Amino acid sequence: MSDHEYTPKSKVGKWFNDRLPLLTLANHLTDYPTPKNLNYWWTFGGILTFCLITQIITGIVLGMHYVAHADLAFQSVEHIMRDVNYGWLIRYVHANGASMFFLAVYIHIFRSLYYGSYKSPREVIWIIGMLIYFLMMATAFMGYVLPWGQMSFWGATVITNLFSAIPLVGESITNWLWGGYSVDNPTLTRFFSLHYLFPFLILGLVVLHIWALHVPGNNNPIGIDIKKPSKDTVPFHPYIVIKDAFALLIFLLIFAFFVFFSPNILGHADNYIEANPLVTPAHIVPEWYLLPFYAILRSVPDKLLGVIAMFAAIFVLVILPWLDTSKVRSTVFRPIYKQFYWFLVADVLILGYVGAMPAEGLYLLIARVATTYYFAHFLIILPFLGFKEKTTPLPLSITEPVLGGSADMAMARNNSDLKEKL
Amino acid sequence: MSDSEKKKPNRRDFIVTATTAAGAVGVGAVVWPLVDQMNPDASVKALASTEVDISAVEPGQSITVLWRGKPVFIKRRTQEEIDSARAVDLSELKHPEKDEDRAKNPEWLVMLGVCTHLGCVPLNDKGDYGAWFCPCHGSHYDTSGRIRKGPAPTNMEVPKYEFVNSNTIKIG
Repeated sequence: MSDHEYTPKSKVGKWFNDRLPLLTLANHLTDYPTPKNLNYWWTFGGILTFCLITQIITGIVLGMHYVAHADLAFQSVEHIMRDVNYGWLIRYVHANGASMFFLAVYIHIFRSLYYGSYKSPREVIWIIGMLIYFLMMATAFMGYVLPWGQMSFWGATVITNLFSAIPLVGESITNWLWGGYSVDNPTLTRFFSLHYLFPFLILGLVVLHIWALHVPGNNNPIGIDIKKPSKDTVPFHPYIVIKDAFALLIFLLIFAFFVFFSPNILGHADNYIEANPLVTPAHIVPEWYLLPFYAILRSVPDKLLGVIAMFAAIFVLVILPWLDTSKVRSTVFRPIYKQFYWFLVADVLILGYVGAMPAEGLYLLIARVATTYYFAHFLIILPFLGFKEKTTPLPLSITEPVLGGSADMAMARNNSDLKEKL
Repeated sequence: MSDSEKKKPNRRDFIVTATTAAGAVGVGAVVWPLVDQMNPDASVKALASTEVDISAVEPGQSITVLWRGKPVFIKRRTQEEIDSARAVDLSELKHPEKDEDRAKNPEWLVMLGVCTHLGCVPLNDKGDYGAWFCPCHGSHYDTSGRIRKGPAPTNMEVPKYEFVNSNTIKIG
């Protein structure tokens, strides 16, 4: 993929590289030409990689002390918290790490939406990203079941019951998922097994995600194609590495705040009560990062249609590259889309809020309006806007606006001498 | 392949088809045990029935017992509750079932205490019909455990049960 041939300097390096070109890969990654105008919203890819590695390491350690059994799981989590050396720290990092992971992934996704990073030629990157997001939700859901508290148990009951909405085979499928007639020990042990597996599937998809990214190269805040390597790019190392590292440190400050000062604020007190199949907590809510989808599920009065709407809310994101008909990537040049973008952000936040509230009265009405708008944004507004919207002129290169050149072709050509000198 | 499209099937085509078919059967035979191991196992199925002593339950009281990991409500209904359940016009119901069919012995209502929406346990003596209300997503059930309002699609399920004697119910 490198634009130039690479030969290691040392003899040993050359010998090894001829047999397994790992050094060529390392060279590609360090020299990888990156648009020089990437802003801090582009640092979340690195932050997310960090989150995944953190979850895997803390998870492996927790797995050494946790017992996946309905009678012992709850106690083993308390054992981790009280007895295991630094167990409290490792568990709090893992539990809050999940929230931090989702915080970062939502910023990463909304960055893509703002700068049109899902558009041609980056559709495959986007779809792999959505697969990762879906696996993340499944992994987080199963992880939340493992402590075997009340929210674990009833969250698992509600989510697995979603499949009972499928006509004819629904009940067989739920019994198959549970390994019984209700959420019980067989459910817990298989969730533990899969919760351990999925992060490694995610890791594999992350490799594909980055590979697919390195084919066309990064999108950038003005969303135009750039020649690479050129004056519009800088090598990944050290420029992007340092910028990513700085952003990661800021991110870690927030992470550390949650872990050390309010480790339980994102959880539910009910999950410190051991699972009891006879008593449902008064108010079941999923973790915050699933709330918008939960709101969509509850806003539809029919069981099957509610489940379909919830999955459709995710699927509509997968096909987004073909729903957005505009050729212009960056929102910077799309004045009307810019407004709808912020409407969507507000809409998702509202859905998240009503998802945490009881499904009745005004909350239910708001959830229904917000759900309708969510689908309207992707299925009506975006396809239509691509044809209707008058976009503002695109600059010819990344450096052009900096040099004070206008988007006007003639003027840009007159400025070309200046650009050559840069 | 395009050359052979119009030709009669030859020996090689036969071998390819036979190999593919045998391979598919082989893959199926390997995959099925891996899928079926997740179904309820013998030890789970062995706990299929349970006997409950109901001699201490007073009229208007309800007890909850665990059967197959799920709560079962056993409610000894008052005369008003029976009357209100039987007075309902079937055309009003989302899932029309006669109370007579749900409670063979009108005094005793036995049903799975599982909301048919997403499986929460409804609360007793709550909701618009003075019977059961599911706190999760707001389904209201009447004194016969029939869905009256909210997202649940069907009435609460009546399991197979029988009176072993006047004081004992066998569920399952």
